[in-house]
Amino acid sequence: MTDSEIIELVNRSLVSEFELDPGVMTPDALLVEGLGFDSLDFVDIVVVLQQAFGVTLREEPRVREVRTLGDLHRLVIEKKRELEGS
Amino acid sequence: MSLRYKETPISSRQVVVTGLGAVTPFGCGVPTLWQALREGRTAVRHCPMLAEVKGLRTTVAAGVPEVDAQGIDRKKRRYMSKMSIYATLAAREAIQMAGLTPDHLVDIRTGVCVGSTTGSTFEIEHVFGEVLKERKMDGVKSTHFFKIMNSSCAANVAQALGIRGRLLAPSAACATGTIAIGLGAESIALGKQDVMICGGADELHALTVGVFDTLEASSRAFNERPDLTPRPFDRDRDGIVCGEGAGLVVLESWEHACARNARMWGQISGFAVSSSPEDIANPGPESMIQCMRTAVEESGFGTDEIGYLNAHATGTLRGDSAECEAVEGVFGRDIPVSSLKGHMGHTMAACGGLELIATFLMLQEGLLLPTRNLDHPDDTCGRLNLLRKIEHRQVDVALSNNFALGGVNSAMVIRRSIGDR
Repeated sequence: MTDSEIIELVNRSLVSEFELDPGVMTPDALLVEGLGFDSLDFVDIVVVLQQAFGVTLREEPRVREVRTLGDLHRLVIEKKRELEGS
Repeated sequence: MSLRYKETPISSRQVVVTGLGAVTPFGCGVPTLWQALREGRTAVRHCPMLAEVKGLRTTVAAGVPEVDAQGIDRKKRRYMSKMSIYATLAAREAIQMAGLTPDHLVDIRTGVCVGSTTGSTFEIEHVFGEVLKERKMDGVKSTHFFKIMNSSCAANVAQALGIRGRLLAPSAACATGTIAIGLGAESIALGKQDVMICGGADELHALTVGVFDTLEASSRAFNERPDLTPRPFDRDRDGIVCGEGAGLVVLESWEHACARNARMWGQISGFAVSSSPEDIANPGPESMIQCMRTAVEESGFGTDEIGYLNAHATGTLRGDSAECEAVEGVFGRDIPVSSLKGHMGHTMAACGGLELIATFLMLQEGLLLPTRNLDHPDDTCGRLNLLRKIEHRQVDVALSNNFALGGVNSAMVIRRSIGDR
């Protein structure tokens, strides 16, 4: 899976799950202030991305540092690469 | 409604109905329901979901056509299964009809009492059948529990409307809707709330149909002619047809409704609920008689003043006969009686609210609806005055019955005009 394919699947998964406008899915979009996610949404983001990519995010401390959609893209790419390298 | 402890009235606050809301197998809205009932239509259809289940002998049901839930904000809707969506849409219609403002809704004197037979069966199936099948928590979302909990409908209606008062969620199988409205009325009569949004909701699932099929109580002989079933009181009746929906009403104290010049559809005059411990699956006539008598006594009317009876009559052999025997025991043979299950099946927890709404409309419009599919009244039912066509008649006071698996009886007396009794 290329980085752009991962980014596309992250965006598609979030748009579908949270009924977002695809037009707002820019890397600099703030997840809370911009996309309107709250704490319960973050629980479900983890579930949705775990199912989409087969990675484990529930116990991942880097999740707490995610602020923007671009941060999320980078985290999923890193987790995917770790999974592929293991 | 005059609540009494022994012979002593403990409250005389009248409870009036100012709003009606319905999501039914005919579609969304009270006007849609009323038009379909007046035209004698059926909402029973072939149900592919049931046909897929091996061993299930019933393939007909009365499902709700697809509803537009996009008007409910996603952050509220994410906790809702279909039954909570139905309940919320019905609540909104009832509130709009009642003319309640956002200020009324957030007042701590406004509460909610909405029940369902279970939490969302679809969600339970999803969680236990798919997510937890491998005994792993990875797929469990934050919202599952809010759809599964027994109070899901009440909680979601309250969240969607911003309710800050009482939040009650009774569950008593098919009597749930009537009991929810009765408990809401008592909350107002006791002076604990001024406004209550009350009723029941349910979503159709193969498990519900399967329960009745297992109990030999579901209709099977009309899978190729869904329009001919269920057949309450008819000699060829062969059981229940399951449905879904939501029936909610806005109840207010008479003083509260008067103070804002609200239109009143009528009042809740009496309510009774009782247990029937002799049989968990088949309430007997004796306990039905006791329940109806208690509701009538609470209303202050005589049994001869009840001008119409909306029966629970689901189309089962034993249930319809027992109810007819009980009705005759309380009211004699002349009282006009009909059941609406032949039009829209048995909508489970929604039926109490929906049938009460229809009964209020009958009283308002001065016409009594017949039982659909009642072609040949059964010998065990036919002694009663069973309506087989629309009867134009001015009736002021009516009684609505709902009986349930679990040995639960409920009866409610309503009145078109507003008065002291």
